[in-house]
Amino acid sequence: MQTITLITYGKFDTELLERMLSEIASDLGMPVKHLQGHIDMSEFYDAGRRQYDANRLITVVDASRPKDTFKTMGLFDVDLYIPILTYIFGQAYLNGRTGIASLHRLKNEYYGMKPNKQLLFNRFKKEIIHELGHTFGLKHCHHPPCVMLSSTYVEDIDQKESHFCQQCRDELRMNQQIILREF
Amino acid sequence: MSKQISLLIVDDEESVRDSLYNWFIEDGYFVECAEDAKTALSMLENKHFDIILTDIKMPGMDGMEMHRRIKALNTKSIVIIMTAFATVDTAVQALKDGAFDYVTKPFDPDELTHLIKNAAKQITLEAENVALKEKFVDLENVDDIIGNSEPMKQVLREVMSVAQSNSSVVITGESGTGKELIARAIHSNSQRKFFPLVSVHCGALSESLLESELFGHEKGAFTGAMYNRKGRFEMADGGTIFLDEIATISPKMQIELLRVLETKKFVRVGGNKEISSDFRVICATNRDLKSMVEKGTFREDLYYRLNVVNINIPPLRERPDDIPLLVDFFIKKYCTAMNKANISIEENALKKLKEFDFPGNVRELENMIERAIVIGDGKKIRSSDLPLAKDAFDSSYESLEDLEKVHILQILNKYGWNISQSAKALKVDRVTLYNKIKKYDLKQPE
Repeated sequence: MQTITLITYGKFDTELLERMLSEIASDLGMPVKHLQGHIDMSEFYDAGRRQYDANRLITVVDASRPKDTFKTMGLFDVDLYIPILTYIFGQAYLNGRTGIASLHRLKNEYYGMKPNKQLLFNRFKKEIIHELGHTFGLKHCHHPPCVMLSSTYVEDIDQKESHFCQQCRDELRMNQQIILREF
Repeated sequence: MSKQISLLIVDDEESVRDSLYNWFIEDGYFVECAEDAKTALSMLENKHFDIILTDIKMPGMDGMEMHRRIKALNTKSIVIIMTAFATVDTAVQALKDGAFDYVTKPFDPDELTHLIKNAAKQITLEAENVALKEKFVDLENVDDIIGNSEPMKQVLREVMSVAQSNSSVVITGESGTGKELIARAIHSNSQRKFFPLVSVHCGALSESLLESELFGHEKGAFTGAMYNRKGRFEMADGGTIFLDEIATISPKMQIELLRVLETKKFVRVGGNKEISSDFRVICATNRDLKSMVEKGTFREDLYYRLNVVNINIPPLRERPDDIPLLVDFFIKKYCTAMNKANISIEENALKKLKEFDFPGNVRELENMIERAIVIGDGKKIRSSDLPLAKDAFDSSYESLEDLEKVHILQILNKYGWNISQSAKALKVDRVTLYNKIKKYDLKQPE
């Protein structure tokens, strides 16, 4: 049975995590398990940018993924960057096995607003499914409600749904023989 | 996005190349990377990239120098310069050198997406522009050449293939087939199209007038030459000269013409200064030049000089399928000119036109349609509106009765089945006309 593994680095809200495992398993129709990762985050910190190097973090997550798992997502709560961009919400290896996503810029508090647990959960779930989509070989989709729509701001994430459009579902079925439940 | 946009990323930092590569791959672009300018330039020699995203500061050749070399390759790639060390001077220089845009690393995800989307839009617009221009050139000034028949398609194919060359062309065809339109189409689709097309109707001018017309004259060259006047060859400099009815020119003019065609130099009548002109010659004739050469009435050397390419326009009777298209075209043309609502043509009238042999070709058909619109009822063109001589003297009518029947019907149609007027025109009384209608079982069209 193909399994998805979510590896968390740092402390995550238990309720959010359990709900995330359950909903992703249900949405993608495959078992999702959780592991706690342990790395020294200071090694990935860029003092000049006051951010964490996502390119190096994804390499570490990829190296530590369980051998029996189909896809692995590393989950963080730090501000991620890649050299050419000021920030990213997450990234993944296209048609690969690994992706990463961060809660940091998905929180309302980052933008000076009141915390909103439900909104944070929705944003994080969309981001995780989006990056998993890339590992399944999906590119950015131009269909507005599709979770594979490219999002550069949290508002963009809020606008889209947490599931794939029909075209992306068909592509998934063709590429990966994955049959997703209907929404 | 109809076509996949290709991107070349040039940066000496591997992490930058990888980041950009992953980012654009996820967006559905075709992406390749080069670690320095030298590698990028060698890749560009064999492959086209729509967008080149290059760093400025690189070991060896820098991004600005590479951009200049890319321009020298005459590639249509869009170059976007990126650097971590932004200065206004380098930005201005990059844009002056023709870079599409200039960005400072690191950029916002949104900025990068918009930058590439704008570049992709530019590429799409340029491709559309080229396609539209090609389409425009393909069809330029052939709107008046009507015909969908295979012989006319062949003529247009010949026009297109000969247009781009500088060769002399002889257009042959019966009177009224549209030889001047074909000459115009050749000129309009040639590289000379921005220069004049000068037409000379050789048959309409006497030898001395033609000489003055073609070569021009100096003031006082002959009685009435009060001013210096440019000749048609001089006017056609850079363009095309169209000599219609070339077979009518005198032996003396044939020699003069041959000399001009060979040297592209001439002297105005009454002048002594040699004038050069760069023109292309297109001639037209409705006569058989080859047989004129055999009879000795047309110079053989001139014939071969002119007849590099021959385009023969088939007479209208050999392409009856074009008649409905031509009729439709002329109806629209004259209805617009006469400010009338578009009218149609009766099926029977069209059938008769298709059977007619049109000795005067398209010109005759055009005149017929114009006349029919003028004299007709303004709703439909009927057979009676068309001066088809065949109707009156058709040899298929052997008996007088057949001829009488057709004639009575024509007169009735002409007067809209007004019995009194028709009887008056036929010089018979109304009763006789009624009897004839009954006898021949004539019926008013609905």
